[in-house]
Amino acid sequence: MFVKHSRLDRFMLALNAAFLTLAVLIVILPLIYVVIASFMDPSVLLSQGISFRISDWSTEGYKMILTNPAMLRGFANAVFYASAFAVLTVMVSVCAGYALSDDRLKGKGFFMTLFLFTMFFGGGLVPTYLLVKNLGLLDTVWAVIIPGAVNVWNIILSRTFFKGVPNELKEASNVDGASEMRIFFSIVLPLSKPIIFVLALYAFVGQWNSYFDAMIYLDNPNLHPLQLVLRSILIQNQVDPGMISDQLAAAEMKRLSEIIKYAAIVVSSLPLIIMYPFFQKYFEKGVMVGSIK
Amino acid sequence: MEYFKKHYFLYLMLSPALILTLIFKYGPMYGAIIAFKDFSPIRGILGSEWVGLYNFEKFLSSPNFEVIFMNTLKLSFFGLILSFPVPILLALMLNQVRRAGVKKNIQLFLYAPNFISVVVVVGMLFIFLSPTGPINQLFSWITGEPVMFMSRPEYFRWIYILSDIWTGAGWASIIYVAALANVDPELHNAANLDGANLLQRIRHIDLPTIRPIMAIVFILAAGGIMSIGFEKAYLMQTATNLPTSEIIPTYVYKIGLQSGDYAYSAAVGLFNSIINVILLLTVNFTVKKLNEGEGLY
Repeated sequence: MFVKHSRLDRFMLALNAAFLTLAVLIVILPLIYVVIASFMDPSVLLSQGISFRISDWSTEGYKMILTNPAMLRGFANAVFYASAFAVLTVMVSVCAGYALSDDRLKGKGFFMTLFLFTMFFGGGLVPTYLLVKNLGLLDTVWAVIIPGAVNVWNIILSRTFFKGVPNELKEASNVDGASEMRIFFSIVLPLSKPIIFVLALYAFVGQWNSYFDAMIYLDNPNLHPLQLVLRSILIQNQVDPGMISDQLAAAEMKRLSEIIKYAAIVVSSLPLIIMYPFFQKYFEKGVMVGSIK
Repeated sequence: MEYFKKHYFLYLMLSPALILTLIFKYGPMYGAIIAFKDFSPIRGILGSEWVGLYNFEKFLSSPNFEVIFMNTLKLSFFGLILSFPVPILLALMLNQVRRAGVKKNIQLFLYAPNFISVVVVVGMLFIFLSPTGPINQLFSWITGEPVMFMSRPEYFRWIYILSDIWTGAGWASIIYVAALANVDPELHNAANLDGANLLQRIRHIDLPTIRPIMAIVFILAAGGIMSIGFEKAYLMQTATNLPTSEIIPTYVYKIGLQSGDYAYSAAVGLFNSIINVILLLTVNFTVKKLNEGEGLY
């Protein structure tokens, strides 16, 4: 591409390649370590660390995780919360974004300011909690899904998208006598698949990975999403006693708890890691659209 | 009326977002007045006695105040200073990778940790840094004894910030990578012919291209300086690292939701939000001055 590279440039490029390789290694080595450790025989892992002898491998950790009722329930709950949240967020933001992109909407500036203000200032944790409590949402799935459903950033994103839809399209259908509702549903919405997809993807991933709302609003363990179950396994070191049969001694519990942690990390991250390479370009698109003011 | 009849559909479309915002964003702002009251849940927000700035004074004069306030400031300030340049460096380096396929693959790896949940990231920290974990196995070779990383207050900030960089730097570089992709290659060719070396070209062509974006990213990051994540700090807290790990958000959670001191907790939270808004406005103003009028607003 370039006419010529000086020796200094070539040296710089080599250095660049070395640093990038280092960065990639720093990022992926811990992940590889976790995956390998999760397949280790628990006693070998505990006594000598990672080994590469085939006889030292085992799937005991995965058996524990995949037969653990709390983990499975958490998984199912997380799928439900993430899907429901994604659907709700997309509906709310796309509708609002569409309305705000239309020049005929009076008071647009006022509404935008109303939304934008909440990006920088909020009532805080305790007043929000009290509100959710007073609305009777505590310990219901709605507490996790509804309060976060309006996201100003998503509204801006979809407004930017709809501004790109040519006005002539709407006007032409208007002349043909189509109602506003018809124009939105049969003309604009089919064109909006990209933005719907991007927003849904972000919302799903965000909800899948979050634990905070569930932690403060949900007492009932049957409603706990995956991340809360993970928190008790990984951080509070509470391996569910039901996971390991009661006769086994505390030593066995300790022996298995390490391997269970590794397996739990892999199992919980797997869905996103698998889907991520396929959707990488959409994620990038989301960031790019969001950066346009 | 005529107008509304004709365009009611637009308002109908706007209403779900509007109603949810009024309830769940403005509702708590109204609720925040309990910070100025001796709040009793039985008497409600309106029925409780006004106490003026009592709850704020209580916080400002409490022995915890200085520690928690400084912890919050230090964690986010050092975090900002250390993590802000990394995505820029990554983007500049990625921009030098000529083969598109290679570049895509590097990006794929660098972005991956962004999709790992904070619970898992902190879980990995506990495993990796435990006395018997892999990092300590390396350390034991050198120093002979394991380091108690997670329970020692002096390591908390480093672990927090470095793991944040590990998780987010690659992802944060996307925006710079995209901006750099728009640089006309002819500019680089011409500069090359004029004898500019790689570093000079980066300095005089690449950097000026991404400067406006750097300013915006910086303003947003600096504006959020007091609103650093509760989620991660709370998970990383251990009984013994509290001297550096207790920050305003975790304190608000503990006194508010765990101890039930609603009014006091609301006051601390409000204090935090107000400082945050002031910071955002100050930084925006300053950057605007330095950056030839290019600010966020």
